[in-house]
Amino acid sequence: MEKFILKNFTLIRTIIAIAIGVAVSVLLIYLISATPSGSLKYFFVGPLLSKSRLSNVFEMAAPIMLCGVAIAVAFQAEQFNIGAEGALYISAAVATAFAVSTHMPAILHIPLTILIAACVGAAWGFVPGILKAKLGASELVATLMMNYIAYFLGLYLINYHFRDKSAGYLVSYALPETARLGQFIPGTRMHWGIILAVIIAVLVYFFLYHTTTGYEIRMTGSNRKFARFGGINIIKVVILSQVISGALAGVGGIFEVMGIHGRFNWQTSPGYGWDGVIVAIIGRNHPILIIFASLFLSYLRVGGSVVNLMADVPTEMVSVIQSVIILLITAEAFLSRWKYRITVREAEREEKIHESAS
Amino acid sequence: MNPLLKSIFSTEFAFAVIRVMTPLLLPALGVAITNLAGSVNIALEGIMLIAAFFGVLVSAFTGSLFLSLLAGIAAGVALAAILGYFHLKLKADIILGAIALNLFAAGFTIFMLFLITGDKGSTSSLKSLVFPSVHIPLIRHIPVLGDIVSGHNVLTYVAVLMVLVFYIIVYKTPLGLRIRAVGQNPDAAASVGIKVDRIKLYALMLSGFFGALGGLYLSMGYVSWFSRDMTAGRGFIAIAASTLGGNLPMGTFLASLLFGVVNAFAIYIASLNVPSELIQMIPYLVTLVALTIFSLRTLRKRPAKKEEKKLHVDEAAL
Repeated sequence: MEKFILKNFTLIRTIIAIAIGVAVSVLLIYLISATPSGSLKYFFVGPLLSKSRLSNVFEMAAPIMLCGVAIAVAFQAEQFNIGAEGALYISAAVATAFAVSTHMPAILHIPLTILIAACVGAAWGFVPGILKAKLGASELVATLMMNYIAYFLGLYLINYHFRDKSAGYLVSYALPETARLGQFIPGTRMHWGIILAVIIAVLVYFFLYHTTTGYEIRMTGSNRKFARFGGINIIKVVILSQVISGALAGVGGIFEVMGIHGRFNWQTSPGYGWDGVIVAIIGRNHPILIIFASLFLSYLRVGGSVVNLMADVPTEMVSVIQSVIILLITAEAFLSRWKYRITVREAEREEKIHESAS
Repeated sequence: MNPLLKSIFSTEFAFAVIRVMTPLLLPALGVAITNLAGSVNIALEGIMLIAAFFGVLVSAFTGSLFLSLLAGIAAGVALAAILGYFHLKLKADIILGAIALNLFAAGFTIFMLFLITGDKGSTSSLKSLVFPSVHIPLIRHIPVLGDIVSGHNVLTYVAVLMVLVFYIIVYKTPLGLRIRAVGQNPDAAASVGIKVDRIKLYALMLSGFFGALGGLYLSMGYVSWFSRDMTAGRGFIAIAASTLGGNLPMGTFLASLLFGVVNAFAIYIASLNVPSELIQMIPYLVTLVALTIFSLRTLRKRPAKKEEKKLHVDEAAL
């Protein structure tokens, strides 16, 4: 048992952090709700009870998942990329512009639109990547600036060149049917982009853990000096990690435009890039775990909006829970004493076995 | 003269620039001081928000401007100290911790707002006091200058004063010397007996103080209520401003002024059919270019041999 705990310590710590977060939410509901048991039910079971709410969980998870994987690739190379938000925004804007101004059969239109989003995102990631790799400029500040530039540039592009003036509010022209991702369960907004997002996350897992380049990225992140002496081209790896990261985030944005809204309708930045950071932390930068982390985050969010709608608990409670979970997961010293005690006990036990054997 | 140019070369425009600059300058000083101590604080957004909220809350319930000032500052410093505790004591990454605290501040303020007022948008039902405007004697009567410089909220003058305070703390006190020592080389600082973690905590708490003043200005000067997410990214713009200003007091001031000019300009031309988005983009582009130039300069100062240069980039920066 103790060996098991030691072996899976980070995972167990993450689960404990999540459990504490959930406990905090139960506590908050009991503190403020007039009908706590009803509110608890809305919060935890609400998202699962209807087809459309369950669909909400999945459709919200898709862009968060892709941003999370995007950020994980950069984090794995020890690059503090908070630029997924900007890459997502500008890619969606440019790819929307492409989709509404071209005409071609769906078999070309869909992949080309996605490809353009990926390329724009990659280009967006390239800038902080090369600034960091060649000049040592802080990628944190660079990606933050790129976020703002992306936002204003994307807004300009949509509002001044592709705005549908007949729509009554600020949105782009509707995408032609040939550039949309279909929805596959009637009565919900489940679209193919969700399936594609999961597939991409799995592919990124294979890339990171089963290819040479993926190994180089992880090695650069975990021990740079060792990586360099091992002959890894660190400059290349740093740039590449940012480029891949940008491309993944870009794809996440356009999926939502193509699968749900059919228009570019973000007058404010949707925040998926920041959510991506959250799920990358909860999922410990592991693409497969990030799939579940983003589903978990969306589940909490949908639960929060259900309880907000049906009972007297504000949805912002979810933000408070999220922050508790993130703080506990990132706090490396959290539970370290417990780990220390187990390690000591385990070592003593093994010593005893050795002694009795000899 | 072109009506746009006319309005820009007016005293009202210059007045607006200073008004818009205030809530950028204060958090920018906060970011700068933690940068000097070698840690990156991206939690100014949350610090400002929570200070803005507690300021309004205490002012509504006590009717005392002084108590609300204290409450706002206490809230901001406390949030910064929590970040310090998690980062320094529990070894959490400071950037991820700050992201968590920003999230916390955004959620917590609305959560409390709803519980207290039943409204999730703003505290319009709570009557908040505002910090008074000050007309500077003598200067207010000078024709152009008086119209621009006099009549601002008292916190605007406090903000400008804080540039001086920042300078004195950082360059004229033992604490400032330690902050800079810790930022430049923590190991060397530790070897001469400086408690690195403690100094970093002080720098964070100072940044909480500066940020809190900025937050208080937003809810009790700029307007007289708290509304959800009212910081609107100013805590992040502050990072740009302090980067652009090279973390120097005067540089940060001038960079904040630039952001003020551009934002005021964007507000002015929003009514005309000119793409204000492109104008608003400029300071971020400028910051990105400045970041590139700074990095190029630091790179040039290093040994000229090519192989060695490459090595240095790898080690120092990646």
